[in-house]
Amino acid sequence: MYDEPRFLGSGDSCMVVEFSDAIEMAANVRLQSLRRKLAAQDIKGIRESVPTYRSLSIHHDPIILPREKLERIVQSALCGLGDEDDRERRILVMPVAYGGENGPDMANVCSHTGLDEEEVIKRHTSRDCYCYMLGFTPGFSYLGGLDESLATPRLKNPRTLIPAGSVGIAGKQTGAYSIDSPGGWQLIGRTPLKLFDPDDPKNPTLIDAGDWIRFSSISDDEYKRIKREADACGYAPERRVETNAVQG
Amino acid sequence: MPFRVEKPGMLTLVQDLGRWGHQFRGLTVSGPMDQFSLRIGNVMLGNEENDAALEITLPGLEIVFQSECCVALTGANFRIEIDGVSAPAWTVCRVRNGSRLVIKGFSGTPDGCRAYLCMSGGIDVPVVMGSRSTFTRGRLGGYKGRALAAGDVVGLCEPKPLWRLAEGFFCPPEFRPGRFDGGPLAATDGPQADAFTEKGIKTFYNEVYTVTNEIDRMGYRLDGPVIEHRTGADIVSDGIVHGSVQIPGDGKPIVLMADRQTTGGYTKIAVVSTWSAARLAQKMPGDAVRFCRVTEKEATKYLVDFESDLRAVDELRATYRSRRHTL
Repeated sequence: MYDEPRFLGSGDSCMVVEFSDAIEMAANVRLQSLRRKLAAQDIKGIRESVPTYRSLSIHHDPIILPREKLERIVQSALCGLGDEDDRERRILVMPVAYGGENGPDMANVCSHTGLDEEEVIKRHTSRDCYCYMLGFTPGFSYLGGLDESLATPRLKNPRTLIPAGSVGIAGKQTGAYSIDSPGGWQLIGRTPLKLFDPDDPKNPTLIDAGDWIRFSSISDDEYKRIKREADACGYAPERRVETNAVQG
Repeated sequence: MPFRVEKPGMLTLVQDLGRWGHQFRGLTVSGPMDQFSLRIGNVMLGNEENDAALEITLPGLEIVFQSECCVALTGANFRIEIDGVSAPAWTVCRVRNGSRLVIKGFSGTPDGCRAYLCMSGGIDVPVVMGSRSTFTRGRLGGYKGRALAAGDVVGLCEPKPLWRLAEGFFCPPEFRPGRFDGGPLAATDGPQADAFTEKGIKTFYNEVYTVTNEIDRMGYRLDGPVIEHRTGADIVSDGIVHGSVQIPGDGKPIVLMADRQTTGGYTKIAVVSTWSAARLAQKMPGDAVRFCRVTEKEATKYLVDFESDLRAVDELRATYRSRRHTL
């Protein structure tokens, strides 16, 4: 992480505040705090701010809020930025039916890692993963923190259609497809949660950058039950807040 | 007060000014490729600037109205016919129940590839996540999340009172966004400008690039001299804006447009100004483009000037209307 964040121009209507040039948890936590702080101030002329692994893109209307003025606002917001957000984990528990038809590439992951299915599931559910950012498709989260013994390269031939909710592994990354889309991740299971729902005006996406995901193994029957509920009337997944000391 | 699509043309989409506020969810903004033409069209009709209209890519659209309304065609110089008779672009035209509107081709040498057909009241499709814009890749917004097809029946919102009095109003040429075309595209240094050699930067700003066949609402791929990186083309993903100029490993620019991905992992040498990105959106395969380096302040001036032009058009319309009203 840089000592001082860099302000980078990104056209006449956007400024990037860059905290690091690498994937770093500390930098990401800091930019999430800046994002929340700016959102809370509800500054006229800021259209939205978009977090990535290492930077925050602040989209603004340069006629209402010129660049120099925005720089001053961000500078002062950075000054009072503590790391209090560091101590709390907002956790979303994501139920996953592993293996079988829900996880057609489970055998690939087992043979690549040399672990049996039970062990893959155990390791995939034993560590919380941190959501650095959302991108690729609406609601798709870029997660860090996968148990490295599960790392498996992408499929040589990507699939043209992966159903929404599929949970996969690609190298050291893991994540869930938020909408039906093409992709090359090794699919090990499927979550019944609706990760992207454009018709939900309040929460079109379940996961927000800065959240932690805790995968939890469920049976196929349980999958069907939750899926039915989610499709029929919406399903509120378990969310919890824990202090960071619990998991080192 | 709907209309029916007889022939959809190559690509006809419902667009308003875009779905802002959801990029942190990975959802792009969409909206018009040439926002300035859309906004002028709406102001000519007395609509809100953000009212939804049809973005028409290349001629071919044919629609039949099932109720009366006023329309205005802005953007590229498409030739428009209403009930078999040529009608002027950049002019508010009245259509009646049963009127057939056809985009026939170009009037003269083509000056762009996208036009906006604005209608009094604006197009009525469900508002999805704050916007009526179509995002086809995400299959959301607009008309059922897709381009218009033959047989679709599309509704209009209730127009403002006195909408009929806009009929015949004409936008003077000095306010049309295409008037500067032919000049270079203004661009500011991008967030990874320092990832390029001095030679690479010079190449980008001095050489001529050609618009390739690979152009769509997501991005414009350009061909021309290779732009030299200092180290490599890949970075840890960061944010992308409308106009971001990515230079991937092959050294050829890709300018990202309305349906861009929200984040990306290629170095961005520059960002085309908001104004010039709309001008680029009117370019067609084979067209030559050049870039000129400007500061953010200079790029913003185009936007300030446009706002005052837009107010001027609005005042002209109001004057036009009050004269007709008293007649």
